[in-house]
Amino acid sequence: MEINIMKSKDLPEETLKTVHSNTENQKTVMKNRMETKNLTVKYGSIYGVKNISLPFQDKTVTALIGPSGCGKTTYLRALNRMHDLTREAKIEGEVLLDNKNIYDEDINPVTIRRKIGMVFQKPTPFPTMSIYDNVVAGLKLVGIRNRSLLDEVCEKALKQAALFDEVKDRLKTPAVSISGGQQQRLSIARALAVEPEVLLMDEPTSSLDPQATLRIEELIHVLKKDITIIIITHNMQQAARVSDKTAFFYVGDLIEAGDTNTIFTNPKEKQTEDYITGRFG
Amino acid sequence: MRRRRIHDKFIEILLVIATIAVLLPLIIIIFHVIVEGVSALNYEFFTEELGSPSRAIQGKPTGLVHTILGTIVVDMLALVIAVPVGIGAGMMLSEYPDHMLNPTLRIMNDTLNGMPAILKGLFAFVLIVKPMGTFSGLAGGVALSFVMLPIIARATESALLTIPWTIREAGLALGIPRWRVVISAVMPAAKTGLATGLLLAFARAAGEAAPLLFTSFGNNYLPDQWFGFIFNPVDTLPQRLYSLAISPYSEWHSMGWAAAIVLLVMVILAFVFARFVTRGKVQLK
Repeated sequence: MEINIMKSKDLPEETLKTVHSNTENQKTVMKNRMETKNLTVKYGSIYGVKNISLPFQDKTVTALIGPSGCGKTTYLRALNRMHDLTREAKIEGEVLLDNKNIYDEDINPVTIRRKIGMVFQKPTPFPTMSIYDNVVAGLKLVGIRNRSLLDEVCEKALKQAALFDEVKDRLKTPAVSISGGQQQRLSIARALAVEPEVLLMDEPTSSLDPQATLRIEELIHVLKKDITIIIITHNMQQAARVSDKTAFFYVGDLIEAGDTNTIFTNPKEKQTEDYITGRFG
Repeated sequence: MRRRRIHDKFIEILLVIATIAVLLPLIIIIFHVIVEGVSALNYEFFTEELGSPSRAIQGKPTGLVHTILGTIVVDMLALVIAVPVGIGAGMMLSEYPDHMLNPTLRIMNDTLNGMPAILKGLFAFVLIVKPMGTFSGLAGGVALSFVMLPIIARATESALLTIPWTIREAGLALGIPRWRVVISAVMPAAKTGLATGLLLAFARAAGEAAPLLFTSFGNNYLPDQWFGFIFNPVDTLPQRLYSLAISPYSEWHSMGWAAAIVLLVMVILAFVFARFVTRGKVQLK
């Protein structure tokens, strides 16, 4: 079951394929929605991350852990071409979404970002828009004007993000008028409204209180029934609680990746163990 | 402890003196302009054209309606030209910071900003007046747009840069094209800063006489048709103020002061208008 999350350099691809095709049942469960192959991100001559090969199975939650500055965010931002904005950033290797490299010439980064959503560390509501307009921004700003469709999407997304009940009577009020925790859930609702296939979350709960954190973790549990989630967290308990798989990064390298249970109870690498048990990082 | 408090008090007094030193000339100017000009502000001032000096000397009705309208037309023309280009340049500088053209654009913008206004008039003369064969409001508008452009571009850039970069990334992450994110999410958030920039540019250009000397040229009469404001020589307040002031007629002198009042009021009204327009319901944190 979990074989293909192991470091792919340890395990030749052919092996993976054999395992895949063993039974029909397993094949569907273990489908890789997304995968990076030898992904390197450089800023000028400085390496952000080096040679990362990591699969992300469909409908699972993968936690990326590691000390600050280890390249988690750099890696995550490469997954939906956020580095396109920075000219110094150079990407090598492949990022595959359904076996298609998203850095290929014929791929439009705008449509790719529609499939691969992102939630940031801090809430990012559009400051002049209402709660409603924020949630449907991803649809409205690409030309969808169908009012009833937008209403429907708005309600669904807010419910998914566990925010609907708190704001349903004031959807037209400015998004900046709600609390920070609510704004973060609003940011999540907005990301969900465009129905991404993969959701990248960069420490989504780092600015939230425990109550709001809990709600977002519950949300992740619900969401993974439908989509693939990759989450960066500095909170080991959180990684253990929400993720199926865990990948440990250290100074730009992927040290170890695998089943969350295994990583937390029986890591192969000493560095991983040291980090998880709090001896460094 | 006591020494520190005396020191603190001393600095405070210096700051108050500095503030007064800045404000006092402004107050004296405004006060003096009003005292000298208010007597010439009457109904005819806003309804009659100037005509020849004999009108004023003989006490016939005379005024500056053609100047006030001309100023509005020329300033509006300048805004129409400078606002889209200036905002576009500002957007380019702030939203595409890595673009290879930006260093050049920035240097050119600063150079244009520092260039003497009279040269801008000269350029508009070559560009518009020579081919058209006549001085015109249009040429004046073009000349003033050169005054406005660098101010608008710079103000737009700095207004947009105050909006956190994460807002743009959040938009992009939703699969919204980059230009759309800027227009729909970033620009509205920066509207107060944008409006302030436009105003600064307007206030600066509205007071310029030099670029208009050989572009809109001046005129003592109303045009026969409305488009005469665009295609014929046009009068403007700063330039008329100058020619009234150096004239040998005391009647025209007081009209010059009155013209100064009108110019001041126009700029103040523009400020009030911009404040009103950008007064959002949302207070940005």
